[in-house]
Amino acid sequence: MHKITKAPLPLCGLARCFLIEKHLPSVNVVRKRQFCSGNGGDLGKNEVYDVIISGGGMVGSTMACSLGMDPNLADKKILLLEAGNKKVMDKVPDTYSTRVSSISPGSATLLSGIGAWEHITEMRCKPYKRMQVWDACSDALITFDKEDLENEMAYIVENDIVVVSITRQLDTLSDNVQVKYRSKVVKYTWPMPHHAAESVPWVQVTLANGETLQTKLLIGADGPNSMVRQELGIPTVKWNYDQSAVVAALHLSEPTENNVAWQRFLPTGPIAMLPLSDTHSSLVWSTSHRLAEELLELDEESFVDAINSAFWSSENHSELIETAGSLFRGALSAIMPSAGSPRQLPPSVAGIGPKSRVMFPLGMGHASEYVRHRVVLIGDAAHRVHPLAGQGANLGFGDVACLTQLLSQAAFNGKDLGAIQHLLEYETERQRHNLPMMAAIDLMKRLYSTDVAPAVLLRTFGLQATNMLPTLKVSSLFGSQPTWTSPPQHQPPANP
Amino acid sequence: MYSNKVTRLVLGLNGLRATSVGTVVQRAAAPRGLSWTSVCRERTQRLRVRGTRSASQSTVDSSEVRRFRLLASKWWDEDGEFAALHAMNDLRVPFVRDNLLTVHRARHPGKPLAGLRVLDVGCGGGLLSEPLGRLGANVLGIDPVEESIRIAQLHSSHDPDLRDRVSYRACTLEELSGEGEGEGEPGAAQFDAVVASEVVEHLADLETFALCCSHDLKPGGSLFITTINKTKLSYALAIVVAEQLLRIVPRGTHDWEKFISPEELERLLESNGFTVQSVQGMMYSPLSGAWSWTDSTAINYALHAVKEGHGLEDSSSYPEEHTKTTHS
Repeated sequence: MHKITKAPLPLCGLARCFLIEKHLPSVNVVRKRQFCSGNGGDLGKNEVYDVIISGGGMVGSTMACSLGMDPNLADKKILLLEAGNKKVMDKVPDTYSTRVSSISPGSATLLSGIGAWEHITEMRCKPYKRMQVWDACSDALITFDKEDLENEMAYIVENDIVVVSITRQLDTLSDNVQVKYRSKVVKYTWPMPHHAAESVPWVQVTLANGETLQTKLLIGADGPNSMVRQELGIPTVKWNYDQSAVVAALHLSEPTENNVAWQRFLPTGPIAMLPLSDTHSSLVWSTSHRLAEELLELDEESFVDAINSAFWSSENHSELIETAGSLFRGALSAIMPSAGSPRQLPPSVAGIGPKSRVMFPLGMGHASEYVRHRVVLIGDAAHRVHPLAGQGANLGFGDVACLTQLLSQAAFNGKDLGAIQHLLEYETERQRHNLPMMAAIDLMKRLYSTDVAPAVLLRTFGLQATNMLPTLKVSSLFGSQPTWTSPPQHQPPANP
Repeated sequence: MYSNKVTRLVLGLNGLRATSVGTVVQRAAAPRGLSWTSVCRERTQRLRVRGTRSASQSTVDSSEVRRFRLLASKWWDEDGEFAALHAMNDLRVPFVRDNLLTVHRARHPGKPLAGLRVLDVGCGGGLLSEPLGRLGANVLGIDPVEESIRIAQLHSSHDPDLRDRVSYRACTLEELSGEGEGEGEPGAAQFDAVVASEVVEHLADLETFALCCSHDLKPGGSLFITTINKTKLSYALAIVVAEQLLRIVPRGTHDWEKFISPEELERLLESNGFTVQSVQGMMYSPLSGAWSWTDSTAINYALHAVKEGHGLEDSSSYPEEHTKTTHS
């Protein structure tokens, strides 16, 4: 495992070459499109926004809030466009939502900075202090702990609660942040890179109601199928998974402390149980489409049995691996007697929440460029990771923190917020962070989506050795932020 | 590649503004020792002709407009010939902002320079006027090249934030300073700051320049100058490399004799009623295309001077409020 950890860097380099090569041919196409657009009709008459954010999900609304609260951006006119209705919640619902996110302490700090974290903790969230990842083909395991078990490793929060909390904060910013709910964008008109006399130098956003808005900077936070990204023609590398995720809210058979997140790698994909409360957890089970459909068809009792057996069964074990693994573990503990974490057992599941079983296909994608003239992509619009990696939200929040800081500095330096210079800084900084993560997840997949003995042995030894060496663990694949990883079914990217 | 960028830099620094302020000042070579008003009056008369001409050109013909568009794309092309000037904003805007903030309290968080009047001498396409305007200052950009002024006006006209705050005039510093004489107030002592960035190396008569700056500034007002030093190194880069070796810049674009050392500039300003607060070297890295501060003033440098006078009580206020006084 610790050898694997060094691999993302060269891989990242490879990915960059690949991406650069890939996007070159399409640039001309885009340029052409840009040049035929943008001859202005009613320039100057419409109001010009400083920033328009397209997409009011977790990441987009956090972006709006974060910009709206920055003192250097105090006089800027910011608009958030959201296609859906305003999300309000008078009281926390009794049932748990199936769509949850793992919020890292870094993301919690960002949310706390905009005042939303307070609402989240008031409403509902569950910290966990430990994560255990183990292999179905051997008993090799790795645990990630906060050393003292005092601090939280991360939080499991329902997405709805995050959005509602941010919305409350947005309501307090009505002076400089405007929100248009139920607004659908039908067209974007891009400005020419260096504007000529008569063309409108701003991005123009046409809404379904016919209204046309102008902005100096458009932030695309419109999710994995980003219209902003598609309209710009930014090439996107996609991994197509042959996997679906089945999610559900689980009732545990007895109340426990429930502060451990569990993930087991099955040959068909990882299954994860994330704590929601003392008696509830959230299931994220990624598996083949066929199996996922079968799971959805099962009656409740058999479904619960399937979950429990997925966490407990040892049918995938082989004797060779067992022996080799235990010898290796023995050798390691002879060298370092006190090291390593003991294996714990996950709680057993008693039932599932009413109508909580949902399945959705999994995908992964990465935009080769995050920025263009006066446009920037954040969150899933720029990088869609496997939902099970639990990093989707965190990567998006990382984008928000980085972009806020750069835009704030740009404003303090009197810059045009849409100028490409600081946007490129954003792109460099975030791709440097995001690409290794995605490469690492891909490597995990290669190791774990097989039960061939050498691979199993390798990962068994890797997990065991890594588990013994605390320092390695920290610098392991996930940095200090453990992730939910899933083995993506890698295929060569389909579209050039 | 490297040398190409160097020459572009030198071209950027010296070629651009050569067309701007220098021409007129050169023409109006002032006899030293004349009183300020008589100097100005003489120039105002001489330049009135230009003024009327520019007024009559408000109705543009289309062939000119097309040419301006080409020029506009050059001024505002961040990767083009003016790349080095665009990049220099990373230093000169904070330099101006922070030095003004040590004197004036920032009243509006998003607009630290709100309420201040700034004169940008030799503004060209408005590359520096716009950022200062975005910081809240009321900026007047002047440049004798009417084409540049029109480009600057066009560029800022799209932005509602700048429309009211930044204005441009095709005139010279002497013209501007001379205006107030007849009607009384507006010409004299109206600006909190005068900025002359990459301008003074093209002037024939720095004495008059200093005189005019002093005339336009409020007592205690700040003068900001960035320019190129008169050293062997700057000669090598600006003349030898750019003009003679690579011949990217036509021979004779730069006159090394007009470059001025910080010491000389300091002497000149102090004899015209300024106190020089700080001189700071600047360095351009052709590889990264970025500027940075340096201890050496051998090539480029920035200077901040304050006009002496009884208005200094203004400057004594709230310096402790501002964290960034780094470059002073």
